[in-house]
Amino acid sequence: MIINHPLLGPRDSSEFYHLGDATLIDRPNREDVNAAEAFYEYLYVRDNPAGKYCELWYHEQGDRSWLVVTRDTTTHEISEVKLASDEARARGRSV
Amino acid sequence: MTQDMRLDGGLVDRSRTISFSWNGKTMQGYQGDTLAAALLANGVKLVGRSFKYHRPRGIFSAGSEEPNALVQLRKGAYQEPNTRATVAELFEGLEATSQNHKGTLEFDFLAMNDLASPFLSAGFYYKTFMWPRAFWEKVYEPFIRSAAGLGALSGETDPDVYDKGYLHCDVLVIGSGPAGLSAALAAGRSGAEVLLCDEDNVFGGRLNAETFKVGGTSGVEWARNAVAELEVMDNVRIMSRTTVYGAFDHGIYGALERKTDHLRSANGKPRNIAWKIYSGRAILCAGATERSIAFGNNDRPGVMLAGSVRAYANRWGVATGKSIAVFTNNDDGWRTASDLVEVGANVAAVIDSREIEPFMNIPGVSVTVGAGVCDTTGRKALKSVTLTTGQTLDVDCLAVAGGWSPNVHLTCHQRGRPSWREDIAAFVPGGDLPPGMSVAGAANGVYGTRACLVEGRAAANAAVKELGFTASRKGADKAEDEPANITAYWHVKESTKRAWVDLQNDVTTKDVKQAEQEGFRSVEHLKRYTTMGMATDQGKTANVLGLAIMAEARGKSIPETGTTIFRPPYSPVPFGALAGRSKGKDFQPYRITPSDKWARENGASFVETGPWLRAEWYVKGDEKGWRDSVDREVIETRKSVGICDVTTLGKIDIQGRDAAKLLNMAYANGFAKLPVGKTRYGIMLREDGICMDDGTTARLGENHFVMTTTTVNAVAIYRHLDFIRQCLYPDWDVHIMSVTDSWAQYAVAGPNSRNLLYKIVDEEFDLSNEAFPFMACADITICGGIPARLFRISFSGELAYEIAVPSRYGDSLIRILHKAGKEFNVVPYGLEALSVMRIEKGHAVASELTGQTTAQNLGMGRMISKKKDCIGNILSEREYMNSDEIWNLVGLQPVDKAMKLDGGSHFINKGDAPRMDTDLGWMTSVAYSPTLGHHIGLGFVKAGSSRMGDVIRAWDGVRKKDVEVEIVSAHFFDPDGERLRG
Amino acid sequence: MRFSALKVLTEGLTGNKGWTPHWREREPKNEYDIIVVGAGGHGLATAYYLSKKYGQKNIAVLEKGWLGGGNIGRNTTIVRSNYMLPENNPFYEHAMKLWENLEQELNYNAMMSQRGILNLGHSDAQRDTYARRGNAMLMSGADAVLLDRNGVRNLVPFLNFDHERFPITCGLWQPRAGTARHDAVAWGYARGADQNGVDIIQNCEVTGFQIENGVCTGVETTKGKITAKKVGVCVAGSSSRVMEKAGMRLPIESHVLQAFVSEGLKLTIPGVVTFGAGHLYISQSDKGGLVFGGDIDKYNSYAQRGNLPVIEHCAEDMMAFLPMLGRARLLRMWGGVMDMSMDGSPFIDKTHIEGLYFNGGWCYGGFKATPASGDCYAHLLAKDEPHPLAANFRLDRFMRGQIIDEKGVGAQPNQH
Repeated sequence: MIINHPLLGPRDSSEFYHLGDATLIDRPNREDVNAAEAFYEYLYVRDNPAGKYCELWYHEQGDRSWLVVTRDTTTHEISEVKLASDEARARGRSV
Repeated sequence: MTQDMRLDGGLVDRSRTISFSWNGKTMQGYQGDTLAAALLANGVKLVGRSFKYHRPRGIFSAGSEEPNALVQLRKGAYQEPNTRATVAELFEGLEATSQNHKGTLEFDFLAMNDLASPFLSAGFYYKTFMWPRAFWEKVYEPFIRSAAGLGALSGETDPDVYDKGYLHCDVLVIGSGPAGLSAALAAGRSGAEVLLCDEDNVFGGRLNAETFKVGGTSGVEWARNAVAELEVMDNVRIMSRTTVYGAFDHGIYGALERKTDHLRSANGKPRNIAWKIYSGRAILCAGATERSIAFGNNDRPGVMLAGSVRAYANRWGVATGKSIAVFTNNDDGWRTASDLVEVGANVAAVIDSREIEPFMNIPGVSVTVGAGVCDTTGRKALKSVTLTTGQTLDVDCLAVAGGWSPNVHLTCHQRGRPSWREDIAAFVPGGDLPPGMSVAGAANGVYGTRACLVEGRAAANAAVKELGFTASRKGADKAEDEPANITAYWHVKESTKRAWVDLQNDVTTKDVKQAEQEGFRSVEHLKRYTTMGMATDQGKTANVLGLAIMAEARGKSIPETGTTIFRPPYSPVPFGALAGRSKGKDFQPYRITPSDKWARENGASFVETGPWLRAEWYVKGDEKGWRDSVDREVIETRKSVGICDVTTLGKIDIQGRDAAKLLNMAYANGFAKLPVGKTRYGIMLREDGICMDDGTTARLGENHFVMTTTTVNAVAIYRHLDFIRQCLYPDWDVHIMSVTDSWAQYAVAGPNSRNLLYKIVDEEFDLSNEAFPFMACADITICGGIPARLFRISFSGELAYEIAVPSRYGDSLIRILHKAGKEFNVVPYGLEALSVMRIEKGHAVASELTGQTTAQNLGMGRMISKKKDCIGNILSEREYMNSDEIWNLVGLQPVDKAMKLDGGSHFINKGDAPRMDTDLGWMTSVAYSPTLGHHIGLGFVKAGSSRMGDVIRAWDGVRKKDVEVEIVSAHFFDPDGERLRG
Repeated sequence: MRFSALKVLTEGLTGNKGWTPHWREREPKNEYDIIVVGAGGHGLATAYYLSKKYGQKNIAVLEKGWLGGGNIGRNTTIVRSNYMLPENNPFYEHAMKLWENLEQELNYNAMMSQRGILNLGHSDAQRDTYARRGNAMLMSGADAVLLDRNGVRNLVPFLNFDHERFPITCGLWQPRAGTARHDAVAWGYARGADQNGVDIIQNCEVTGFQIENGVCTGVETTKGKITAKKVGVCVAGSSSRVMEKAGMRLPIESHVLQAFVSEGLKLTIPGVVTFGAGHLYISQSDKGGLVFGGDIDKYNSYAQRGNLPVIEHCAEDMMAFLPMLGRARLLRMWGGVMDMSMDGSPFIDKTHIEGLYFNGGWCYGGFKATPASGDCYAHLLAKDEPHPLAANFRLDRFMRGQIIDEKGVGAQPNQH
């Protein structure tokens, strides 16, 4: 597969490490009332869609950017690639 | 034998005669021959045996679709099984032998199977061989296995070299027939980067096998001219002997280039190159493959595909028989007859299954229409064929034209499904092509030469336009569209004899019908039950036939019955090529430490740890076993001083105003309040509360830390820190950098370590216990101004330091340290002594941090700070991970001190039987402690921390050992840590 | 019809005209006691044991495509019980014992062939890990032999023992392990279930569940609504897709695992061998093809196909310990969709919806589990309580912290 890195252009997927669902960005708050359950859901439970899926890839043998890749799990077509840090900010993780 | 079957003409070079041997017999052919062409030229009919019934078989086709003529090439370690004689280029001295027979090719004992064929019908083995039970492994299966398989490997290491490469292009053109050449020319003229690949050794595809005119000249000449034009284009690369074998995601194609298979010796050059092609667009011009018709005994040597018979005559100048009949259901079959007559071969008859007016008038050839061939004779070579009219013809070759199947294979590699076209009785590429791929020519069901030229050009122009190039206006060259009418005709119903569908796997029409009768009606069930299409040719000449017969048996249409898809590779690829240069020492990359050279000079032996080669011990004098060396290294270190290269530990430089926050989030214990100039031990959890890693982190400045990780986890921890930094807290001001390779780091351990360091550390740095106590760290200089870092940390339990210098000084420093330490009898110690000393101290390493163990298991549960957020703290509080019954890391020592302990032993209570429900845990690490004089171990024991002093059994069933051990503290040596603080 | 050598003989003599379908083509009834969703190996085995062992009479198996078309027909056919953790090993050994009698049980030759599995080792640490695992196997009633270098050499002398980087120093051998003819396992269970009166309904996709007040009362399908007292889902790689229709999210991701086969070769490898310094398992089929596989492709996928890096890694590993295979050729590669769970271990459990049960999360180890998975799921479906050997395969284990992680890689499915 080829991932179109937002900074570096197209790169072979073998340069990357695949972590999993981009919801791993949405780490719960430990102060939440249901923190235990929230963390359980966060870490273990997945939508696992057959179709468009946002996932985290790490450019380990490259510039070490974490990327959020939107890829169709039935065709492997990639429709969007973003820097995970931008995505994290967009999801309200600026502190 | 002389080349009796040679005709005039053809593209072979008759000035270059080549000698080769077939089953030990020397024969001659010409440059340009395939092995199959040369065998046919020499009148060889019988070349192999079928898989199941060991039926005599001859050459069936002229290309990579060949199901019958699989042979072994070369000798010794170069022996190469299952090569299709139809694609093996002839070279001087080629040694070829037949395969898959017991006895000789002519008298194969396993041909007995054919007599038993009524009992060996589809799926027979699922219904028998079950009694008595033990006989399957002992009797039936060994017999089956000894007979199974096709060719044999030599059993020796493959001596050839293989390589890999990467190619990038705008347009990849797969296949160089009229469509492919037309596409490559058009794409090339647009200025796009073009790559043209063809599996054959010459470009031109079917043009080399036909007598068509193109652009006012012969097709062969036109192809040569096209290639000449492509060759001078800087933006075009053309590759022959290169099979594009697979279509993978995002325009990546796998291709195999056979560099030296046509030569007697590779001469050290790569035999094959496995290319990965990154394409913007791909145009599949892979042509079509002819298929047979099923009729009685249609598998005899001499029954061949009509287009191949024509190819042997036109391209190789070989007559495939002394008297040839053609059996066709379409116009194209007639062309075989007319071409054969043209080159002087003897054509006895044309039999057309269609009720039509004869398609051509070929002088001297008898014509029968509306009839079929229903049986043949001739065990090892065809003797006669019998028609449904009752007429018998004495022929030694029957050219069968059952219609052409577009080579849609690559269109299916991403699970696209071909669709059925009734008008041409063939599957064509479906709508769901791999992205970026288009199909042109015969592969697309377009059979006329003119149409192929036009479609190839159009596909190329469309592709280059999509990529932003301007398409060339030059039109396609002139040619004819040959008639290709067909009336589907799959099998001769009048046949009473077995009629083959899949030649290689011996699947007959009866097997297909029986599968239907037994309920195996979906195409996939049919394939799996009968093994149709599962042979080395992936059913290229068989699948459509089988499907059509199934459709007929079910009373349904072919599209209703289903389609079958093809899987990569298009044709088989050697494993050596797929491995490339990753073999032997270069299997995987490896890293060497800064002291590697010195260690080699000083008797070290090495061990792989993660990606590193580390010294495991240093043999000194006449030490006989590794234990001698390791014991000495431990004793001398604990007595005076030892040095160990610890560069391999991961080192991560962490800087920024939020550096402490990052550490606090990554480590379970607190780091925010670590003073500058101090080091702290930390444990890291995964988010699931399981221990991920441990190590020390030093604070060199308010906003500057250096973290160490275990060797094995260095990469993962770095990634994890970057995850926290980029994905969880993107606005934190913290940057990290892997500095593992930037610093050479040595542990200097033992009571004299400080005294040794005094000799090299520059005077202005005070190393006294007061000024530089346990866990201190500092930037220092050594040897008169060389920058260094010093950490007072200890893995050995001794007064110890780790000293780091920029890597380029690493080799010097190890030499200087050993020179300076001479007066203290300094010793180098390796990984094994390091391990002994850490077990004596009860430190956990990978054997304990298995990714299954918690801080609680390790006795460090209390280190998890409750005051702050950190990765893993919430989920580490889960019920089951905190019960009283969890495993605790404890020390174990044998009750009988003379006994040895073994890693991997399981613990059980005395009196219990070793069962899962009595299992108490397992021994993680063991060592002989030269300090204590007996074996010691670490292990996880259920509720072990409350069982100190209990005696349990270390049961080691796989080594047939059973040792009573006492549960003790894991801190065997200096439990209060007086030495390391001294 | 009972299969026997005599039957094959008499049919052979009479033109093989008397064979009948191995299972009947059925249309669904309006109502069943138990519906099993998914006619893969596990689903068919479940139906078989429900009808054979647990006295259930009114059962249907619904299959979207054709039976046995998923992972049961796409795997590398390895059967073994060489697990390490107490939650796993007794279960897989139960499966092994069922495998050992499968042909006689089903009157169908699934060619279970106990030619052994050998895990190669290259270091002392690996040897001790094998010892830990081997001892756990012995404690579960399985067989295990820890071999030193010579022991390995006696067994498989043709390996490359002196690799420059990873010489073979030890091995863990399970003699009772082996391979089975994967398709025949599905067909044998289907035939057995059919003979016991189970309706196997192909080309019948479940499109929804009928759930009223937290109780599942049946399914909606492409062939209409079907009422059932209990519905057991058993759809491997499609688990998330199907359970989503019941409003459930699972601790499962779907990934592609590729498998490979070479051209047919004369007998080269007797049993199953796994390389210890990479990730490769290889065996040779009774037809002579080398059947092998490695890691999953690492990215989530429902596509039933993979990419080149995995076959390249496999070939590299292969050349490290079987360098004689350099001139053998890859014939076919294909992929299956794996229901990768969050700890690499499966689920056989009730759901929070009464009457709806779930079996899945088998990762790429489901084939060897087939008989025990069927037996234990049938037990759960019939008796409403877990089979003791599968009692730990609970859906709530992550909430409770009882993780069953053989590889120790945590909640990251692509690492299992």
